[in-house]
Amino acid sequence: MSEMYDIIIVGGGPAGLSAAHSAVKNGAKKIIVLERDREAGGILQQCVHNGFGLHHFKEELTGPGYAQRCYDLIKDCPEVEVLVDTMVLEVHDNKEVIAVNPERGLMKLQAKTVILTMGCRERTRGAIRIPGYRPAGVYTAGAAQRMVNMEGYIPGHKIVILGSGDIGLIMARRMSLEGCKVQAVLEICPFSNGLTRNIVQCLNDYDIPLYLSHTITGIKGKDRVEGITVSKVDDKMRPIPGTEFDIECDTVLLSVGLIPENEISRELGIELHPRTNGPVVDQHRETSMTGIFAAGNVVHVHDLVDFVSDEAEIAGKYAALTALGKNAASDRDLAVTPGAGVNTCVPQHLRLSSESEAVRLFMRAAQPKRKVKLSIMSGGQEVMKKILPVVKPSEMISVEIPAEKTAALSDDITVSIEEA
Amino acid sequence: MKGIYSMERQADVVVIGGGITGTAILSELARYNLRCVLVEKEPDIAAGTTKANSAILHAGFDAPTGSFKAKMNVKGNALYHELEKELNLDIKWTGSFVVAFDDDGVETLKELKTRGEANGVPGLEIWDGAKVREKEPNLSKDIKAALWAPTAGICWPFGAAQAFAENAVINGAEVLRDCEVTGITVKDGRVEAVETSEGPIKAKYVVNAAGVYADKISAMAGDNSFTVKPRKGEYVLFDKTAQKSMVSGIVFPVPTKTSKGILVCATTHGNVFIGPNAQELDDKEDLSVTSAGMDEIFAGARKLCPEIPGGAAITEFAGLRAASSTGDFVLGKSKVEGLLQAAGIQSPGLTSAPAIAQYIAEIIVGETGAEKRGDYKKGRPEEPVFRELDDEAKAALIKKDSHYGRIICRCETITEGEIVDAINRPCGARTVDGVKRRTRAGMGRCQGGFCGPRVIEILSRELGISVPEVRKDGVKSYMYYEKEGAAE
Ligand SMILES: Cc1cc2nc3c(=O)[nH]c(=O)nc-3n(C[C@H](O)[C@H](O)[C@H](O)COP(=O)(O)OP(=O)(O)OC[C@H]3O[C@@H](n4cnc5c(N)ncnc54)[C@H](O)[C@@H]3O)c2cc1C
Repeated sequence: MSEMYDIIIVGGGPAGLSAAHSAVKNGAKKIIVLERDREAGGILQQCVHNGFGLHHFKEELTGPGYAQRCYDLIKDCPEVEVLVDTMVLEVHDNKEVIAVNPERGLMKLQAKTVILTMGCRERTRGAIRIPGYRPAGVYTAGAAQRMVNMEGYIPGHKIVILGSGDIGLIMARRMSLEGCKVQAVLEICPFSNGLTRNIVQCLNDYDIPLYLSHTITGIKGKDRVEGITVSKVDDKMRPIPGTEFDIECDTVLLSVGLIPENEISRELGIELHPRTNGPVVDQHRETSMTGIFAAGNVVHVHDLVDFVSDEAEIAGKYAALTALGKNAASDRDLAVTPGAGVNTCVPQHLRLSSESEAVRLFMRAAQPKRKVKLSIMSGGQEVMKKILPVVKPSEMISVEIPAEKTAALSDDITVSIEEA
Repeated sequence: MKGIYSMERQADVVVIGGGITGTAILSELARYNLRCVLVEKEPDIAAGTTKANSAILHAGFDAPTGSFKAKMNVKGNALYHELEKELNLDIKWTGSFVVAFDDDGVETLKELKTRGEANGVPGLEIWDGAKVREKEPNLSKDIKAALWAPTAGICWPFGAAQAFAENAVINGAEVLRDCEVTGITVKDGRVEAVETSEGPIKAKYVVNAAGVYADKISAMAGDNSFTVKPRKGEYVLFDKTAQKSMVSGIVFPVPTKTSKGILVCATTHGNVFIGPNAQELDDKEDLSVTSAGMDEIFAGARKLCPEIPGGAAITEFAGLRAASSTGDFVLGKSKVEGLLQAAGIQSPGLTSAPAIAQYIAEIIVGETGAEKRGDYKKGRPEEPVFRELDDEAKAALIKKDSHYGRIICRCETITEGEIVDAINRPCGARTVDGVKRRTRAGMGRCQGGFCGPRVIEILSRELGISVPEVRKDGVKSYMYYEKEGAAE
């Protein structure tokens, strides 16, 4: 029968690699990372621009550079095997993992714990329903990015980007550098969904117009995109008749958001959160199923890879402790709920034990606001507060509750953001 | 590529059009000792109406008794019951309902039943509303009665055309794609050759199965006896979660004079669609979807099935009915000798295809006295479907060919082996959408976001073409370009 692993890690992006490294540091002896792509590194491999690692490695790296750093940390560890070109088909609640690989064929692997680090995928045209033809020339920004950066082809010459998510913004700059004309970036929301620094560095510096509260209402062209019709939208995001105008283009790139990739989690039967679209986790990133952990974009979409690594290190540590039977038993389970002004908060609950520990909460604001007070309440008491100059849904907020405060917690927790 | 066929080509029969009609005819002709060539202007078969329709194998009670439509429909339906196994077709025999809300409607049901029986449709029954809702619990409480037709079913039209084409090719027929007919040479009142974008093909017989363009093709030979006007139908497709709040079979309203009305219907892939409406057009290429059309479809469908989960809608699409000026199928001999028409094949054309094929083949075989092939091969090569195999069979397949150990489409679990097979099969895929229709790669929730670039790479490798030569679907649907003069 199959050998016993301490930990099987599903997905070899930064989350999977960072989790493996942390698991080794915490004593795990036999770890395997399964990655479906031809090399580890995940989505970072196609992000050739700078801006990664400032927090985690205290150094500015490119995407592949960051991935290399994560890989370097484990490449000489005898405890870790990274198996690429390997697709996980199923994970079972007894921690059996079914995977395929061209050389090894169908594999059945058994572990004590599993960490899910499958990352996220891009939302598509189908999800946003642009009426019109289905010509060539409509791609997700990520697919186009892969073709440009890894395969060396361009998707077209005159480009419109739908959605101001970070991949879209970065692709706007990339396409300009490739000698293409980026005609416009359209955003259906009244605010951008990308990081401010990306708006400045990717659009303003290249004179690319950003149309807020606008969307595509028609695509022209039978075989290949020849142009689009754009409309302004009202506050319910419905196109306003009479506001239509046309933009000539041969390519539309969709950057309309990312969504955690949880097909395996769903089939496994772990609880998923309707707002994050990822597994419900505690502060150790353990899911609703004992011994199954999750970290990174599969839990909730992060805007910085640095936080992905931080989160994965937590999951790696506690998966290792669980595999070694060293995890302290929890004596209380407290829910963490988003209150006013907060859209999502991870972890969704704390399983606390007699060993006191600091806990970091990650939140996204529901609306962009200035000068706000973020407060963490438990049992009618304010545990912590923090004044923030600005909050935006696109920029994740994180707050640490120090160990001495978590030790005292005994009631469910609510986090809210209100004008200060 | 131009002129690769310019060396004088000869055939006994040239079939124009690679839709369900053309491919079914080719497959029927391939049973005989005849040199047959099918020409299709698009890069793949089933690129016209066959790609976008209701996918229903109708029972056959709609068309007037004695019409070609009625005869071909009833016979075609019966033939699909036989061909299903032989060609490994994706069919679900769901049966169909026509539902009525008032006394007038119930009268119409009775007329349909009488007409259906005269057409030879077996098993028609009128059910009361309660019995209907027992089978389809989500239908409107206001439904009074329905006509139940047990022989109706749903199919995967592309798969059926693919099966016919593959069977024909393994029996020696040729399918030339990217090959547009530009003229027909007639000498002394008889067809002599077909002019194409790839050069002329000499032909004793020419079968016109060119869908909405069939009038143009006929006119090329000098037969102007009919016209074909496109009538557009728009649809909305829902994801698999929709079935439990909608239907598991086929539900029509009482028909109007011009169409069978807006229906609610399941697909063989487990989705549900609503539509089509009916819009007369002049443009034979207008497949655009309109928001007015969407409103019309939703309103119509809600009458049958009140709870329609709008959020589960995945996509909208449109198809063109090839409505002939005669009102019926235009079938058989033209005044130009050697030209055979399979034109004006609007609904129930999909259902009728195998019967139309026999009808056309009988004429040619009757005139030429062609014999059945001694080495005729039934069916078509097996299509491996990795996700449907048990663990042992999966392991064995990977051992035989390691391409089956690499998953390319993660949403639908499609392996590189299946994609390579789809490309290298008889009449295999040439385009990204061709791969998608044969294997489902790219049909899942990410809509090709992940596997698209990989499928392009595999197509380029297997077909021996460069990445910029890989197309999505249509003739000029190129996807990526060489980088030129990068600024960095
Ligand atoms: C909205 C709608 C719903 C329908 N629902 C049903 C249903 O539920 N059940 C049913 O039985 N039927 C249905 N039908 C009808 C059915 O889809 C059609 O009858 C059938 O698909 C017609 O097939 P075809 O091969 O004749 O035409 P097509 O599929 O249009 O094929 C014609 C082919 O000829 C090619 N061609 C044209 N000109 C040239 C040229 N110059 N050179 C080379 N090639 C050329 C085209 O590219 C095309 O591929 C429906 C139709 C519509 C529009």
